[in-house]
Amino acid sequence: MSALPALSTVPIDRCADLDLARIRAEFPILRQRVHGKPLVYLDNAASVQRPKAVIDAISDCYSSYYGNIHRGVHLLSERSTTAYEGAREKVRAFLNAASVQEIIFTRNTTESINLVASSFGGSVVKAGDEIVITGMEHHSNIVPWQMLCERTGAALKVVPFTDAGELILEEYERLLDSGRVKLVGVVHLSNALGTLNPVKAMIEMAHARGVPVLVDGAQSVPHLAVDVRELDCEFYAFSSHKIYGPAGVGVLYGKKALLEAMPPYQGGGDMISLVTFEKTTYADLPNKFEAGTPSIADVIGLGAALDWLNAIGLDAVAAHEHALLEYTTARLSEIPGLRLIGTARDKAALASFTMQGIHPHDIGTILDREGVAIRAGHHCAQPVMQRYGVPATARASFAVYNTHDEADVLVKALWKVKELFA
Amino acid sequence: MTLMQGNPELLEVAVAESLTSTNRRPIAVVIATMTKNFAVLDDWTERYRYLIDLGRQLPHFPEAWRTRSNQLRGCQSQVWIVGIRSADRLYFRAVSDAAIVSGLIALLLEVYDGRRTEEILNTSPEFLKTIGLYEHLSPSRGNGLHALVQFIRGFAKAAGATRSSESDI
Repeated sequence: MSALPALSTVPIDRCADLDLARIRAEFPILRQRVHGKPLVYLDNAASVQRPKAVIDAISDCYSSYYGNIHRGVHLLSERSTTAYEGAREKVRAFLNAASVQEIIFTRNTTESINLVASSFGGSVVKAGDEIVITGMEHHSNIVPWQMLCERTGAALKVVPFTDAGELILEEYERLLDSGRVKLVGVVHLSNALGTLNPVKAMIEMAHARGVPVLVDGAQSVPHLAVDVRELDCEFYAFSSHKIYGPAGVGVLYGKKALLEAMPPYQGGGDMISLVTFEKTTYADLPNKFEAGTPSIADVIGLGAALDWLNAIGLDAVAAHEHALLEYTTARLSEIPGLRLIGTARDKAALASFTMQGIHPHDIGTILDREGVAIRAGHHCAQPVMQRYGVPATARASFAVYNTHDEADVLVKALWKVKELFA
Repeated sequence: MTLMQGNPELLEVAVAESLTSTNRRPIAVVIATMTKNFAVLDDWTERYRYLIDLGRQLPHFPEAWRTRSNQLRGCQSQVWIVGIRSADRLYFRAVSDAAIVSGLIALLLEVYDGRRTEEILNTSPEFLKTIGLYEHLSPSRGNGLHALVQFIRGFAKAAGATRSSESDI
């Protein structure tokens, strides 16, 4: 049950720092009706929508200067290379990384984690070693480590969490003390619970024992400013499609010394220095980890998304979304039989819940008829569902363009669900 | 695909029930009646309310049948189905943990349960289009209904194949 008190004096909008009407106008897709109702898009944790600036950047690349990068002598190739490498610099600045050589473009967070599991894990992890993850990881920060453990004979250890959805740091520390841990993988913001994990403290605890840390930032980057140098994590992974950029691009940040020491992940074009049939030498960072032609226009689109988000300011975004989550949580708590899954003190961007006697899939189906798009399912975090003894949850997740009015539409639709299944 | 899945003794009971309650009305009549029943409900809320009621009236699906092997692959809701052939007819029992999916199962079984192989194979589930519920059968919905229709049709095809090989002997 929700631990939050009912808020009677919730401000009915409007974040002073944001011009929501102007922001919403930048998203063409939001101007539509579904089943005759205005679209209320609250499935942002699955994939967010894109502003016109991003769509235009992709379109502009293909319309006016597209060419393959890093190899042509002609003008289009040169312009594409400049734009592509410009996007890398934007990502570097966004994460406050020390060097563009620490920014690797992948397909998504999942591929970023697989890269680390395969390249770093494959060289460092041996039989008898341990990998520590948490009980609230997305499958993409579980399965690559399980596969690594199967290959090497290492063991996967899992940090448990409380009923509220907060990691038990004493247990984390106990696991770290085995002396066999070779890497910690932790999700920054849980997609199933909304918990904001204390990653800085967890990284310090791991470093005190000489253990490197990978942070899964897929959910966190669109909602809070991330500084990888302040966090001091070894690896940080995120996806473009959750931060207003195009799908098909992911980012892996890695500390330069580590990336330099790691073997390539995939072989092919663009990642080599010299190829002979006897021996191939590899390119320098970051190209060593970017085999093959990347999704050039989409990387440039990611750069445009970061520009767009920076212009609004992540602090303003976070303040708006926090107000929205508090308001929604209070309104949800008024619905009898509604149980919030994940009531951590530090929470962001989403509300996961169940309703007594009503399957989440039924909730999602009725909400869809009311124009409200949410996620109903296990959120690719089945161990979290098992932890709470539910097959699935319904999840409303917010982005900068969502309004308090939309939260009201959600809540009203949920009352209708309750009435319909009574 | 086997021609019998689930607990055999319990299935016998189900078949006995089915044989006594088998809907012998022609499929076309069943579909026409169903379509008419939905047509008189003019807003979608009422249609869904009716659908939810139909799901609640599904024949009992024993707990013992809710096994992994009887479960269809669906991402967001779970669906279990058992099928059996008796004489020249095929019988199905199915259920879901989601109410709307159970209602759609009720519509599908009203059409396909207790029918002959050819009747099943000759009846496309597109009859749900007229009612405006066909979208729920899309594989991208991940609710198990697409797999349920595949199961029923696959079961019918296998039954047809078995019967023709039996007649060859």
